[in-house]
Amino acid sequence: MTRRAWFPALLAVCLAVALTFLTLPVVAIFIDSSPGELIASLGEPGALDALWLSLKATGASIALILVIGTPAAYLLATRSFRGKAIVVTLVELPLVLPPAVAGIALLASVGPSGILGGAVEAAGLQLSFATAGVVVALTFVASPFYVRQAMAAFVAVDRALLDASRTLGASEARGFVHVMIPVALPGLAAGSALALGRALGEFGATLMFAGSFQGVTQTVPLAIYDRFSTDFDSALALSAVLVAVSAAILLSVKLVQGGEALGLAPR
Amino acid sequence: MLRVEARHQLGDLLLDVELAVDRGECLALAGPSGAGKTSILRVAAGLLRPERGRVAANGDAWLDTERGLDVPAEQRRCGYVFQHYALFPHLSAWQNVAYPLRGLSRTERRARATELLERFGLAGRADARPHTLSGGERQRVAVARALARAPEVLLLDEPLSALDARTRAAAARELAGVLRESEAPTLLVTHDFTEAAQLGDRVGIIDRGCVVQLGTPSELAATPRSAFVADFTGAVVLTGVASRGRGGLTRVELDGGGTITSTDAGEGAVAVSVYPWEIAIEPAGEEPHGSAENRLSAEVVSITTVGNRVRLALTRPQPLVAEVTLISVERLGLHAGDQVVAAWKASATRLVVM
Repeated sequence: MTRRAWFPALLAVCLAVALTFLTLPVVAIFIDSSPGELIASLGEPGALDALWLSLKATGASIALILVIGTPAAYLLATRSFRGKAIVVTLVELPLVLPPAVAGIALLASVGPSGILGGAVEAAGLQLSFATAGVVVALTFVASPFYVRQAMAAFVAVDRALLDASRTLGASEARGFVHVMIPVALPGLAAGSALALGRALGEFGATLMFAGSFQGVTQTVPLAIYDRFSTDFDSALALSAVLVAVSAAILLSVKLVQGGEALGLAPR
Repeated sequence: MLRVEARHQLGDLLLDVELAVDRGECLALAGPSGAGKTSILRVAAGLLRPERGRVAANGDAWLDTERGLDVPAEQRRCGYVFQHYALFPHLSAWQNVAYPLRGLSRTERRARATELLERFGLAGRADARPHTLSGGERQRVAVARALARAPEVLLLDEPLSALDARTRAAAARELAGVLRESEAPTLLVTHDFTEAAQLGDRVGIIDRGCVVQLGTPSELAATPRSAFVADFTGAVVLTGVASRGRGGLTRVELDGGGTITSTDAGEGAVAVSVYPWEIAIEPAGEEPHGSAENRLSAEVVSITTVGNRVRLALTRPQPLVAEVTLISVERLGLHAGDQVVAAWKASATRLVVM
């Protein structure tokens, strides 16, 4: 090796180590379970319940995040006001909260004996040990991923476009729907994929806040945990499904962003 | 009639302007970047609310800070052409033009938009997205979009500066035609005096937030009120018809009489530009001497001192401006009404084909 080549070689070695470390466990999931076993374990009712519940709860949570988070992110991206930095930090806080802390925080606020527990009950909402509680937990931990990314996407849109929309007779609301959202769409899609990935994998907060009841609050990660000491094969099969779904999400984000560069972004 | 009065602190810059633009008139504001030109347009459009100000268009008050009146931007009928055009990247050319057309069916909107695009020679590009259009095409789509809502007022921010030199001449010609046809009072801002002179009926020179001088382009060049205006106005522009001359030069018959030559190539209608400081003044009746190819006899109309130099406004059929030193004026004993010869080199004569 010449003296010059040592640094590129070091870079390549580091990448190889990182790649092996990061992919080996994931690959092992598929090597360790034969496809036949995998499908057989999925046929078991508990597994299907968990999958279905995960899809429902994640879907509901993403819908909530998009409906509330998009306008909120737009506001943060387009206005400046006193204390904005504090507001942004508060919105981002759940990103760095340990899931167990998130669970405790939810119990202390909207749990049965939390500060708003009475109000939640009075409103006829059953959160603890109910699917609605899972949605609350997922939304709490996943929404900052979306809001952050959406904010960045809106900030990146040329303000002249919004001005142009207004001088062309469109109210700000119309400009938001017809200009800002379509132009920021690749960024919004990336943000929702990140939130989706986070929600799908949520474990700690859900377990603490909503519990782990099959068909009601037991999402796929909880079902995996429930089974790994008793039925490792089934845990492996569910893990494989989560890996596949997560990889699909990641891939779709890359496609949306790559498509943008190629001018193939959705309208 | 558009009236704009605004007083507004913008960082270090105090914007303080009062402008009136007549129906069918184009007032071009020219000034260096950072002079507050765009802010004036934003005040007119309702995108910037000044600390104090009034805006009125065709008798309707749009802004009166004293009375607490501020009509929102979307309700002011302004056709605004943004500096980089601000075309919606996710919409095709026709959809951009159709954006302001509301309460119509898709077919009607498309028909109206296509009609406008046709006027700008863009019918074939109706379905193209902005990023596939050329600079000149983008500019035309932006102008078409600004006209789509039959605006009461037209506002243009550096409409030509994003274009390359080759496209610019054609775009300027076309835009001048659009502005001639349009009845709406038009406010245009540019950093280029020649562009302002070409497109504006009147030109206002703007410096550090204030209009320092307002007049026709030839008035500004001939009698600049300050050294800044004198520098900024730059070249004198004459019009004429070019044809091939002798010695590889281009011969230009000036509109209204007189012939000059230029080293630039050109054919047909041209704009001739020459810097006032390239023009030498000789007493009338002397034999030609020296290398200056272009010699026009003219009458001195006015003598304006700007610092250590003097601007001489000359009449030819077209106004001409020469800039000489105070010493020369004294030596030649020049007075308004004197006959002189304005002389300059063919190589100092720029041609722009119109």
